[in-house]
Amino acid sequence: MTKNNPYTNSRRDFLKWGMASGAGLVVGFNFIGCQSDTAPVEIMKAMPSVWNEFDAYIKIGDTGLVSIFSQNPEIGQNIKTSMPMIVAEELDVAWRDVIVEQAPLNTDWYERQVAGGSQSIRQGWTTLRQAGAKVRHILLKTAAQKWGINIEDCKVKDGVISNPTGEQLSYGEIAAEASQQTLPEEVELKDPKEFKIIGQSKKNVDLNGIVTGQPLFGYDIKKEGMVHACVMRPPAFGMELVAFDDTAAKTINGVIETVKFGDKVAVIAENTWAAMKGKKALTAEWKQVEKAEDSAYHSEQLMLHLSKKADEPRRVDGDVDIAFAEADEVIERIYEAPFLPHNCMEPMNFYANVTEDKVELEGPIQTPAWQQDRVSKILDREKSDINVKMTRMGGGFGRRLYGDFGDEAAEISSLINKPVKLLFTREDDMTAGTYRPASAYRFKVGIKDGEISAYHLTEAFYNGMMFGQMPSNFPCGAITNYRVDCHNIKSNITTGAWRAPYANFLAFAEQAFLDELSGILDKDPVEFRLELLDKAKSDPVGEKYNYDADKFASVIKLAAEKSGWYNRGNKHLGFCAYYSHNTYVAEVAEVELSEGEPIIKKIYCAVDCGIVINPKAALNQIEGGIIDGIGHAMYGDFSFAKGQPQSDNYNKYRLIRMMEAPEIETHFVESYNDPTGLGEPTLPPAGGAIANALFSATGKRFYKQPFVKEMSLLG
Amino acid sequence: MPQYTIHVNGQPKTVEADSDTPLLWVLRDNLSLAGTKYGCGIAQCGACTIHVDGNAMRSCSLPISKVGDQKITTIEGLSENGDHPLQKAWATHDVPQCGYCQSGQIMTAAALLSKNKRPSDDEIIETMHGNICRCASYTKIKEAIKAASKL
Repeated sequence: MTKNNPYTNSRRDFLKWGMASGAGLVVGFNFIGCQSDTAPVEIMKAMPSVWNEFDAYIKIGDTGLVSIFSQNPEIGQNIKTSMPMIVAEELDVAWRDVIVEQAPLNTDWYERQVAGGSQSIRQGWTTLRQAGAKVRHILLKTAAQKWGINIEDCKVKDGVISNPTGEQLSYGEIAAEASQQTLPEEVELKDPKEFKIIGQSKKNVDLNGIVTGQPLFGYDIKKEGMVHACVMRPPAFGMELVAFDDTAAKTINGVIETVKFGDKVAVIAENTWAAMKGKKALTAEWKQVEKAEDSAYHSEQLMLHLSKKADEPRRVDGDVDIAFAEADEVIERIYEAPFLPHNCMEPMNFYANVTEDKVELEGPIQTPAWQQDRVSKILDREKSDINVKMTRMGGGFGRRLYGDFGDEAAEISSLINKPVKLLFTREDDMTAGTYRPASAYRFKVGIKDGEISAYHLTEAFYNGMMFGQMPSNFPCGAITNYRVDCHNIKSNITTGAWRAPYANFLAFAEQAFLDELSGILDKDPVEFRLELLDKAKSDPVGEKYNYDADKFASVIKLAAEKSGWYNRGNKHLGFCAYYSHNTYVAEVAEVELSEGEPIIKKIYCAVDCGIVINPKAALNQIEGGIIDGIGHAMYGDFSFAKGQPQSDNYNKYRLIRMMEAPEIETHFVESYNDPTGLGEPTLPPAGGAIANALFSATGKRFYKQPFVKEMSLLG
Repeated sequence: MPQYTIHVNGQPKTVEADSDTPLLWVLRDNLSLAGTKYGCGIAQCGACTIHVDGNAMRSCSLPISKVGDQKITTIEGLSENGDHPLQKAWATHDVPQCGYCQSGQIMTAAALLSKNKRPSDDEIIETMHGNICRCASYTKIKEAIKAASKL
């Protein structure tokens, strides 16, 4: 989102800086337009000799080549392609004539340079469209002035403007002149039915670099004079450093020095291997200064809190206690999940060069502005001294919202006065995490005359509680007596957001519970959900609830239809539907028994995310989210003993692999509504869908993740 | 530090490295071939997969002292113009999400296709079992390998 007038000096300076520091983006890459579905390296328009700058997003070259800046960090959600597609659509250029550059952090020019909450597309939508449409407007205005006609009499196709007599002017020909015009405040946008780029699959703009092994990631950074650092951190949470011995480390070839900062010691080396070996050779004495927590303690505390009401409930409709007292039957179930590491394939890392003049930071970060803020405080430097550049990220999943690694790199560079690349090993990555907190949910339901009369949800969660309007999620609004209590339990284990925070486990718990409840009430699971939605719509209880009952019902019906739910015969299907991150998703899992062992064969998925920007990329997010959800529900197992993580690499932590990934069939609700995000919403329902299908196949209900621990059947 | 001359992507390269240095770091740090990725360091994830005399191997667990005369191929040397059938299929199917593991995935699949031009689904799944994709692009990887096997 742009905030200022684009024709200030700061814009020019910013672009110069951006180009100088990011020159490799244009010149060093195989220079490729964004054409889709063709073999790599096909140049459509020549490299311009002059670039004309229009706003924080668009430059147009004298050859007609268009450069679009992508403002947000790319973690694999594909916004580096999808966001520029939105700009290009309203600008009315051919996608093959577009190149994309990653914008650096610039808080004057862009708002919300964040990858998180599945919000990039949703929150960027109007601004990105306006950015393209405004530039289109002044290009048309310039052409109209040249021809002495009205702007309304000009037409444009693929960056070529024509007038009623058939004369033509290309964007490249008039870009220099047009770039001197003032941009309008706001212009009319296209009718979505006219879209030519949005709605078409466009290949990932970094694809050629990825498949040919170009250095796109933070771990790949290599700069003049740069040294490598690996850091020894406390082996357990709640420990501090008493003393360390670096004698052995310093004998290793390539190790330059060691440096202590806080309770950590960095080994500085000429190359990665020496830094890794040096770190291993350090010995240290540690002292436990805070509680050494373990998993049994975590579980005990969760259960203790679930038995209590919170001082302030998060939502109350009616009175659940009276309803429970009057109920024919009260059903209660508890669901529990462990802490989880993020395990991005690219371990945490960051480059920092702290000098007297400036601080250069570069690497994989979902929140570059926070990085700048923190380093400004740590080093006591003006924010204007600190440049942050974003590399493509080898996964994020929430871990890279927290720039502890960027802070470390900056601190080390300032201590050693050299440019440094800080590298986590996989072991560092898994043991120095900001984990998905362990949590537990208790559902207590009263049944009266065959209907639900009361619904009481209690949450126990480490270092947090469900945010925003989540307490008013489904089935809120459909039940007369409804209450949500949340308990925040403090832990010294560092925790944070993990793909689809809260929803990533709550969705399973709720949807597995509703499945069990439908059985108790002798109702079809799909019909049961639709009845509740119908009630919420026709006769809502209490204050506004946090979903659109019609949209929710639509995805449920679509998933039921496409999966053949009502004609399932002996097939073992499990149903699940969940609304999170502004997107509606329903999933049906199909489980087959093969020699007594349940196999997850297929997932049917129905999604309402508004208009789909880039269909193939959307499917990637949807399928990835589902398989990720299945993987962590099935296998994600992480524990602590005496404050120490018990898994530190993939031989002790199971991630889902190709042979466990089912076939996925996705159906979109056709829509011209504004788009919502897809990075997270398909993950939450996956655990519930497979749990409910596994019940259908095996008769066993699951209450704890990972399921594999409770299954003697599956290995 | 000892010197080694190794054969990488058709060219002899002389490097200085400690004898226990995994080939992965020689490729990345000494030879600036950053396409081969570090994921786990213990041959569990496949991100560092290269070809050693045509066989897919984990470069994180192969010390430089054991490389000898064997011919090393990395993702950068898989094809001259980035047009190996798998690279083309990866483009057509728009496989990558974050992209970090994909060079390892492609190298594992390329070794399979060089020996077995028409692998079955089961053969693909078995071969690719050692390569983790945290973004879970597995459905697309499988489709792309099948498509490339028909090219």
